[in-house]
Amino acid sequence: MKVSLTVNGETREIDAEPRLTLLDALRDHLRLTGCHTGCEHGVCGACTVLIDGAPARACLLFAVQADGLEITTIEGLAPAPGELSLVQDAFCETHAMQCGYCTPGMVLTAHALLRDNPAPTRDAIVDAISGNICRCTGYGQIVEAIELAARRLAGSNAPAKGDAA
Amino acid sequence: MNAPSKFRYISTDRRVREDRRFVVGKGRYIADLAAEGMLHVALVASQHAAANIKSIDASKALAMPGVHAVIDGAELAAASEPLMNGLDTPNVRRHPLAVGATRYMGEWVAAVVADTRALAEDAAELVEVEYEALPFVIDAEEAYTPASTPVHPAHGSNVLLDRVFNWGDIDEHFAASERQLSLRVTWGRNSTVPIETFGVLAQWDPWGQVLDVRASIQMPKYADQIARALRLPMNGVRVHYDVDVGGSYGVKRGIKHSVLVGYLARKLGRPVRLIEDRLENMRSGDAHGPERIFDIDVAFNSDGVINSMKMRALDNAGAYAGRAPFQLGKPIGAIVGPYRIKSVRYHAVSVTTNKAVEEAVRGFGQSPTNYAIETMVDRVAEAVGLDKVEVRRRNLIRKEEFPYLIPSGTRYDSGDYHAVIDKTLAHVGWRELVAERDALRARGLLAGIGIAACLEPSGGNSSFEPLLNPKNTTTTWMESCRLNVDALGTVNVAIHTTSSGQGHETLVATAVGEALEIDPDKIRVTRPDSLSSLPGNSPVGSRMAIMLGGAAFHAAQKLKAKIVAIAARRLGCAPEAAVYREGAVFHGDREVSWDDIVTIAHRHFHELPEGAEPGLESTYIMQTPTGLELPTADGRVQMYPCHSFEFHVVLVVIDPDLGKPELRRYVIGHDCGTVINPHIVKGMTLGGIAHGIGATLLEEFVYDAEGQMMSQSFMDYLMPSAHEVPRVEIVHHCTPSPLTVFGQKGSGESGYLGAPAAVSGAINDATRPLGVRFNKLPIRVGALADAVADAREQRKDSAP
Repeated sequence: MKVSLTVNGETREIDAEPRLTLLDALRDHLRLTGCHTGCEHGVCGACTVLIDGAPARACLLFAVQADGLEITTIEGLAPAPGELSLVQDAFCETHAMQCGYCTPGMVLTAHALLRDNPAPTRDAIVDAISGNICRCTGYGQIVEAIELAARRLAGSNAPAKGDAA
Repeated sequence: MNAPSKFRYISTDRRVREDRRFVVGKGRYIADLAAEGMLHVALVASQHAAANIKSIDASKALAMPGVHAVIDGAELAAASEPLMNGLDTPNVRRHPLAVGATRYMGEWVAAVVADTRALAEDAAELVEVEYEALPFVIDAEEAYTPASTPVHPAHGSNVLLDRVFNWGDIDEHFAASERQLSLRVTWGRNSTVPIETFGVLAQWDPWGQVLDVRASIQMPKYADQIARALRLPMNGVRVHYDVDVGGSYGVKRGIKHSVLVGYLARKLGRPVRLIEDRLENMRSGDAHGPERIFDIDVAFNSDGVINSMKMRALDNAGAYAGRAPFQLGKPIGAIVGPYRIKSVRYHAVSVTTNKAVEEAVRGFGQSPTNYAIETMVDRVAEAVGLDKVEVRRRNLIRKEEFPYLIPSGTRYDSGDYHAVIDKTLAHVGWRELVAERDALRARGLLAGIGIAACLEPSGGNSSFEPLLNPKNTTTTWMESCRLNVDALGTVNVAIHTTSSGQGHETLVATAVGEALEIDPDKIRVTRPDSLSSLPGNSPVGSRMAIMLGGAAFHAAQKLKAKIVAIAARRLGCAPEAAVYREGAVFHGDREVSWDDIVTIAHRHFHELPEGAEPGLESTYIMQTPTGLELPTADGRVQMYPCHSFEFHVVLVVIDPDLGKPELRRYVIGHDCGTVINPHIVKGMTLGGIAHGIGATLLEEFVYDAEGQMMSQSFMDYLMPSAHEVPRVEIVHHCTPSPLTVFGQKGSGESGYLGAPAAVSGAINDATRPLGVRFNKLPIRVGALADAVADAREQRKDSAP
């Protein structure tokens, strides 16, 4: 069946089986491989994307359910080739990753958090990322990255919403 | 050795270069790699703990459009060699697909190849396998008894390894000691469970006669083992190392997957890919960690000084041997922990059972052993009525005693354990922490403090191989690096392994930048494939800072010598009289610049020193600094060269009604010598602690009495989220190693090696007033709550 997916501002039509997950649609049909497969049962958060701005698990949605929704993947965050978003840059600054596999999901979750709450407490950060499992870092440097991004966001001239979206 | 302040780039606050591709989703993982015409594999898995395979009927599956092949173990075994065993156990045969019989629930019986993974899974469900259920054994103690059902009848028993080592005058020390006690602790079956499952893509070129393999692999001798199993020359297998590995921590060793997929790619003439799904990964990825029972007798004096220890370690290796038994061997290199224990009897037992296969896990058996040793020291402190920090202080090796030879033959390189502990306790505010615990107890909560002092042996050699397998005489365990300065003067470094988050590109760029005194960010790091690579042994045994960092440094030193020789000729002086500085070479007030040297090397043969080769290239193949000899007849051997130290302090609070432990404070003192990149070491330590918390409180592969694995998803196998991992404070100390180029030691296993002992100790301290003791990991909330409730109930009953 035909499914129309709007990803990172671009609408594309794919021919999908009804059982195709959004995760597999993004990876195999649109070749957006930054969305990672971890558990395929909604626990690890490696496949996190933003749907209408909110973090969601692409493995728990069928592609057909996403028809007409605004999807943001990790590929949609960097302002330009070779550049990084403020959050991405903060993740690099604190080394908020090791193997990088959970990282796209973490970065997207952090973007969503900071859009809604530009000055989150440590507890709010921990809550926000608690649905994303990282096996490498023990989360310390991820929390630091989001704190750093929040500080930089507060200090920047750009409107918070634009920067984090 | 140099003090850290002498460094230009080492130990400085520099970004990790790999991170840039990961934050934008441009990592290159195995599931991101697709080949034209690629086929996909799904597996048919046994539901029995043990069974004979009576028949396999694949006709319905093969009739499905899009299905290309279904193969079984008989076909694959006829075309390949059994997978390698670490020990000399030739009758414990392991093939990627079961041959004739299956030995654990989830074992692969057949492989289905189709146009898509979904189709392959559909077809796998149509493969009909007729089984005849067989008796089985799940429990290690039972498997160790001669009457138990052998998992491999041809082997004759379930015992893979049963060896007693006697190091020193154990009986004498026991007889002379004032006190003795015994304890048993059990380390549950868990693993590192990376978020990326294992995957492999193979492609056969029939005209070039070469098998291209891409995999999420972290494994020594990977290409060798594929070649041997598939009866190919080693230069007929090309492993591509430029694949990012989504976490491993030891377990990504999918040799059975790779042999299977390599065979299929050859048979079908198409690229074939197998990516485990989570279920396959957990029940049949052959990636469970050690499951171990420790029985310890310890002899000590009333002042808490420990004289001797007898330890039996019984490990449940699962259904096949692999390298698992070696995980009983590596801890021999730190069998007394950081203590001056004079003699040790170590009884190492590895048995087969009808559980999934054990694979290498972070620390290679060291973390369970440290948990056992540290629990023992806590018990000694309890027995003599002394503070547990004080008992440790009385037993620790002193700074002036290094290098220190332990009874089992390893010489510890360096350390200052007392200083790390003093520094950490000063940071913690030890008296205040004890007062805080006591105040929490006064409020009716259960509160406890746990501590752990332990070592991270690093710089991995393979001395446990010849120690446990006399037919294995390997003492070489090298790592390599190649440098090339190109015609325009930029520096390129080649490394010959995959990485799974350790930051090796940053490591070598920093080491080469330091040696050549040039900005590491200007150095390109590449990963040639295995056919273009120098020999190496991959990132295992906490070795890469020492071995890859060392190889890179030495290669750079060789390159520098060439540079100086070239410049000296231009300067008309002896090379010894020329001085290298920041890429240029000086003699008095005259200088030859980097660009000039590059020009001479690449374009001016007429200016090259006599006998010099054109170009600017160097390679270095580095042997481990120690472990150069085979073991002695009485089983002593030098294991890993370097020994990092860590000291954990944890305050835990438990609500007695809920049983849920909260880690209120977590401090670690860490000494891994010179730190090459502070961000990387910090991440390893924090991640290791999180992993250790998981092993202590949450994670276990549970089997029921029927041999069914009950923890088959992340709903049942629980991993720490950001909620379960507290903020961790790190206290640094630096005792450089005299054996390494910068004074560095390993840190890839840091945190994980002491966290289980410390967290378990804290919980036991918290429940001690109730008379409740936990001797088995994991200590899950349910067990904790039940034990606390029972104890309170009993107190109520016994109250007058």
